[in-house]
Amino acid sequence: MQLKSEQPDLLEISGLTKGFPGVQALDHVDFTLRAGEIHGLLGENGAGKSTLIKVLTGVFRRDGGSICLDGQEIEARDPADALSLGIGTVYQEVNLLPNLSVAENLFIGRQPHRFGLVRTGEMRGRSSELLATYGLHINVADPLGSYSVAVQQIIAIARAVDLSAKVLILDEPTASLDAQEVETLFRILNDLKARGIGIVFVTHFLDQVYAVCDRITVLRNGRLVGSRPIAELPRIELVSMMLGRELAAEALHRNQRPAVTGNPMVAFKDYGKRRLVEPFDLEIRPGEVVGLAGLLGSGRTETAKLVFGIERAESGQAFVDGKPVRIASPRDASRLRFGFTPEDRKTEGIVAELSIRENIILALQAQRGWLHQIPRRKQDEIANRFIKLLDIRTPDAEKPIGLLSGGNQQKALLARWLATEPRFLILDEPTRGIDVGAHAEIIRLIERLCDDGLALLVISSELEEIASYSDRVVVLRDRKHVRELSGPEVNADTIMTTIASHQ
Amino acid sequence: MSGMMQVSSARTLPKGLPQLAALLVVLLVNWLVFRDFFAVRLQDGRLFGSLIDVLNRGAPVAILALGMTLVIATRGIDLSVGAVMAIAGATAATLTAQGYPLPAALAAAAGVGLACGLWNGILVAILEIQPFVATLILMVAGRGFAQLIAEGQIITFVSEGFAAIGGGSFLMLPMPVVIALAMLIVTHFVIRYTALGLFIEATGANVRSSAYAGIGTKVVTIAVYMWCSLCAAIAGLIVTADIRGADANNAGLWLELDAILAVVVGGTSLFGGRFSLGLSVVGALIIQAMNTGILLSGFPPEYNLIVKAIVVLAVLLAQTPVLSGLRFIWRAKA
Repeated sequence: MQLKSEQPDLLEISGLTKGFPGVQALDHVDFTLRAGEIHGLLGENGAGKSTLIKVLTGVFRRDGGSICLDGQEIEARDPADALSLGIGTVYQEVNLLPNLSVAENLFIGRQPHRFGLVRTGEMRGRSSELLATYGLHINVADPLGSYSVAVQQIIAIARAVDLSAKVLILDEPTASLDAQEVETLFRILNDLKARGIGIVFVTHFLDQVYAVCDRITVLRNGRLVGSRPIAELPRIELVSMMLGRELAAEALHRNQRPAVTGNPMVAFKDYGKRRLVEPFDLEIRPGEVVGLAGLLGSGRTETAKLVFGIERAESGQAFVDGKPVRIASPRDASRLRFGFTPEDRKTEGIVAELSIRENIILALQAQRGWLHQIPRRKQDEIANRFIKLLDIRTPDAEKPIGLLSGGNQQKALLARWLATEPRFLILDEPTRGIDVGAHAEIIRLIERLCDDGLALLVISSELEEIASYSDRVVVLRDRKHVRELSGPEVNADTIMTTIASHQ
Repeated sequence: MSGMMQVSSARTLPKGLPQLAALLVVLLVNWLVFRDFFAVRLQDGRLFGSLIDVLNRGAPVAILALGMTLVIATRGIDLSVGAVMAIAGATAATLTAQGYPLPAALAAAAGVGLACGLWNGILVAILEIQPFVATLILMVAGRGFAQLIAEGQIITFVSEGFAAIGGGSFLMLPMPVVIALAMLIVTHFVIRYTALGLFIEATGANVRSSAYAGIGTKVVTIAVYMWCSLCAAIAGLIVTADIRGADANNAGLWLELDAILAVVVGGTSLFGGRFSLGLSVVGALIIQAMNTGILLSGFPPEYNLIVKAIVVLAVLLAQTPVLSGLRFIWRAKA
């Protein structure tokens, strides 16, 4: 189905499958990499990019499918094994030893030695030569940690390539680099490409994809969306591949409602924090859903965390019912009757070890303070009421919440905040990584809450979904609120065009 | 991870069984080597006997274990409890020797204990220093403070009231046992009849999720270190009263390790989360019963440490999911 190139595939992955309890992280994913190619691997959080890399490099065992390198079926036992097979990986957080010298890092485990003693001089000489080929002239005797992340990354690349890598995987290498460092990195990648190395480049910066990649593969929800040569791929199509549009069938398209009027329940004026998100204005009225749309890293989650007091704003003022308020912590936000379900359910949402009951009453109990324990009977009643109301699938409320599926965990987290009778709910990717049935239920729930007069701020990368329930949509790009869509503009196509346009 | 939890919830022994079984075994062995072990007699309105001795001697570590359980449940550790015992003992002994009334001396000791806990709590919760290192500071410096308070000497005092805390009795039970029981009950009530227990477990299991749910995780952490140091101060008063003097160098020496051991034997994970005060006390009793048994048997005390290590290892193994898994496989085959 792909255009045939004269070059054979260096790496060929087909039908790769990997599941974790409650999630299918990879579902029959195909991926090919040619020698001398830079191949962008794209997708939102939870799309399966890192699982794919971890299966490839032996961190995880695959459940099914095959991986062939140079026509040979391979199965790496661990990253070191993968490296010896010819697959090197460089992570955003460089995984070398900052306290050792640059030369030691380059030659660790294979130091040149004589009579059992490391020949430091020879090691340094060879290190300097090696790095010179990358245009890097530094003192290799200095500890690695004394150099910038960019230099460390080049050293990590040099090490991986020197260890006979045929395939080099770069996992978000540019996330903490400045523009000039990115330039340097790209020059090196092009050199390596010319030497016939196949490079897998994971990133979420579209400009960089167009600057350096030959081809891209997009994953979404563990499935392959497609592989395309970048030269013939319009930007808007790439965005549409990354963001989902597959909900049409079961999404309940709400009738166009009249614009919600009245005084805003919550308002943020000139609210912002440096390096996180540029100052923005945001108003939400009772019974109104405002959607936040944008690519990963555009400032969506950052906006939510700022609004909920997880991050402290450096500028601007927040208002509730027109009165200025201070939101310096989630505790403050919770007292103002805000609620927040985070994108990363496992590490920021659930307390896996505790029961469903305890997780559901947690926020309400925190609001009441430690002295006013909710009587056990009342706890059971609240938990059972929400288990029934939201149809949380569990034999009973005493099961540890970590044992539930993603969709049921999400419902329990919604229950945690609904139990506090909130006025303003912030939902960060409420439908991510959950099965289709639960997905539709949560959308219906959002609509019901809105009808009950809650103010809602919802983040989602499913465009049809966000368009279906939002009264207004704020589009973010590069940590900036760039445009607000309302009325008939709230549709997937306009949202996508706004995200993809670049001025 | 969820797979592992399934293993532990479905296939391990009922909660508390390994600890109670171990205590029973140790007591039975003690009875084998010393047939009068379970003999209890009443004399001058107070119970005497080896079993009572185990309770009496085990009381300070049991009290330490109460506070330590809460600290460990928040995913922390407190290495300074031994030093805090010495500080509290030196404070009370010095004031008593200078003629201050007993309530003032006891209040001062408790106050000093709470201050030590506040210090640890601030280092851990506000400055976010790793608990191991943060409390190591007071572990080292604390004995120095105790020596400064005692001016480098062993302070002895004459006060029947103070001495009664270590040697007196109430309702036929030795006073340290009564104090330990009272502390267990008070701690249990404060923790389980308020929401503090839930907040502690939530904070220990996932501090970020807990903070996002609106729990004041820093306040919870500080409170827990303060309670732990208060327990240490009380334990320090008992050992000081027992010898009618404060020895800044040796009071409570290495007892932090016994307290941590008691908590771990009691089944509270060093990774925080779920905890059990009662089982930590059982852990402290197992340790003390072994100490007493070895003394009674006439074995050289050097064996004490080795035997202790073996019993602890056995209790811990009985709790690991790995062994439970093996047992499951073995049962399935049979």
